[in-house]
Amino acid sequence: MAELFIFFEQIYRILFMLIPVLVSVAMIVWLDRRVWAFVQKRRGPNVVGPFGLFQTLADALKYIFKEIIIPASSNKVIFILAPIVTMTLALIAWAVIPFSETFVLADINVGILYLFAVSSLGVYGIIMGGWASNSKYPFLGAIRSAAQMVSYEVSIGVIIINVLLCVGSLNLSDIVLAQKNLWFVIPLFPMFIIFFISALAETNRPPFDLPEAEAELVAGYQTEYSGMMYAMFWLGEYANILLMCAMGSILFLGGWLSPIDLFPFNVIPAPIWLILKILFLFILFALIKAIVPRYRYDQLMKLGWKIFLPFSLIYVVLTASFLMYFDLLPGN
Amino acid sequence: MSLIRFFKTIFMIDFLTGLIMAIKEIFKPKKTINYPFEKGSISPRARGEHALRRYPNGEERCIACKLCEAVCPAQAITIESSEREDGSRKTTRYDIDMLKCIYCGLCEQSCPVDAIVQGPNFEFATETREELYYNKEKLLENGDRWENILAANINADSSHR
Repeated sequence: MAELFIFFEQIYRILFMLIPVLVSVAMIVWLDRRVWAFVQKRRGPNVVGPFGLFQTLADALKYIFKEIIIPASSNKVIFILAPIVTMTLALIAWAVIPFSETFVLADINVGILYLFAVSSLGVYGIIMGGWASNSKYPFLGAIRSAAQMVSYEVSIGVIIINVLLCVGSLNLSDIVLAQKNLWFVIPLFPMFIIFFISALAETNRPPFDLPEAEAELVAGYQTEYSGMMYAMFWLGEYANILLMCAMGSILFLGGWLSPIDLFPFNVIPAPIWLILKILFLFILFALIKAIVPRYRYDQLMKLGWKIFLPFSLIYVVLTASFLMYFDLLPGN
Repeated sequence: MSLIRFFKTIFMIDFLTGLIMAIKEIFKPKKTINYPFEKGSISPRARGEHALRRYPNGEERCIACKLCEAVCPAQAITIESSEREDGSRKTTRYDIDMLKCIYCGLCEQSCPVDAIVQGPNFEFATETREELYYNKEKLLENGDRWENILAANINADSSHR
């Protein structure tokens, strides 16, 4: 009986985390379209609900009623599995995101590794979808996406090493608490910029949206998908973007900590601060979508391997030397 | 690569300029209109939905000369005519297939008595194809409904005809 109780308690906790994430994914799609429209002096979705907030729900409803077309030549099992994998991997990563000191689903000691591993697995959903479609454009899109995500994962990994050198722990809550006095965005500012750009590439956002470059590849790996399966890819993509924003705010912007520990700021509950930081990063994502042209493929690879990787490696050496010289290494 | 160019690249000056410009653009007034709730102005010459007009005394203008049928490049117009009791020639059938129509306005130009006109209404989407096969009754009804605007538009454009 007691085990059953614990089981249900866990289920409720998961739902309590999952449903807000799914709702905020819907809201974030609206925000993305709205910011994009405003930069271009358009109005954006503003009809469904207040300020058009329910536009994404209406779209999702439309997708549910659309027919799912499975190409005859596709590998059906993998074709159906691909959006499920994308969506699931985008959602399970939220388990380790700490919203406050106590409010975290799984406070595991290798939280950052878990996050990194899950976001790396995300490429499988895309490559499965692209390969199983058995069609030219999805395949090219999937290959591009895989190459791109692998390249930028390397630099993100090195950037995470930078942060871990300053923290001395892989636990996400410890990473946040280590920023109590100084957010890592200040000492590691160049790393923050590179992390942000790599996050853009990692989530296939403009200017690195080559996998779904509509001018060349129709819609990349999503070309053959329709109905709810397309919507799941789409939700997974935005959940991943949100996850990257959360990762950026935990690693560099002090997670749930308030910017200054003074009266009007420290009474605001911790999760609000994390949400505000995620929103700030997401609005930057949306603004960048509106102002940048798409990178060429060789430029993308050059940026990843020849500029970001050496630069972040050099910065690792610099950070390590600095901490060593001034005897600031954590754990001493 | 010059030194200035190098520093511009390193500090992403061009990117930041663009970002600041994008943020400024957000607060500028919108260029688009809130369509279903507010509508843009329409020229008197706008070629929208067709209408058959009447004289003020209620008599149909159309004299069944079939010039519009002949000139129609999409062959969307079908006219049948016969002599009425009072000896005047009138149409017994005047159909326009709105799905074939390309809205070129040649029927309106060819009409010697300003009977067939294209009005300012462009929002006549329907749920079935059949509803877009317009017959004489539908066209005359359109003419009655839009007569004020149609007359004003023809008057406004009369100096250019």
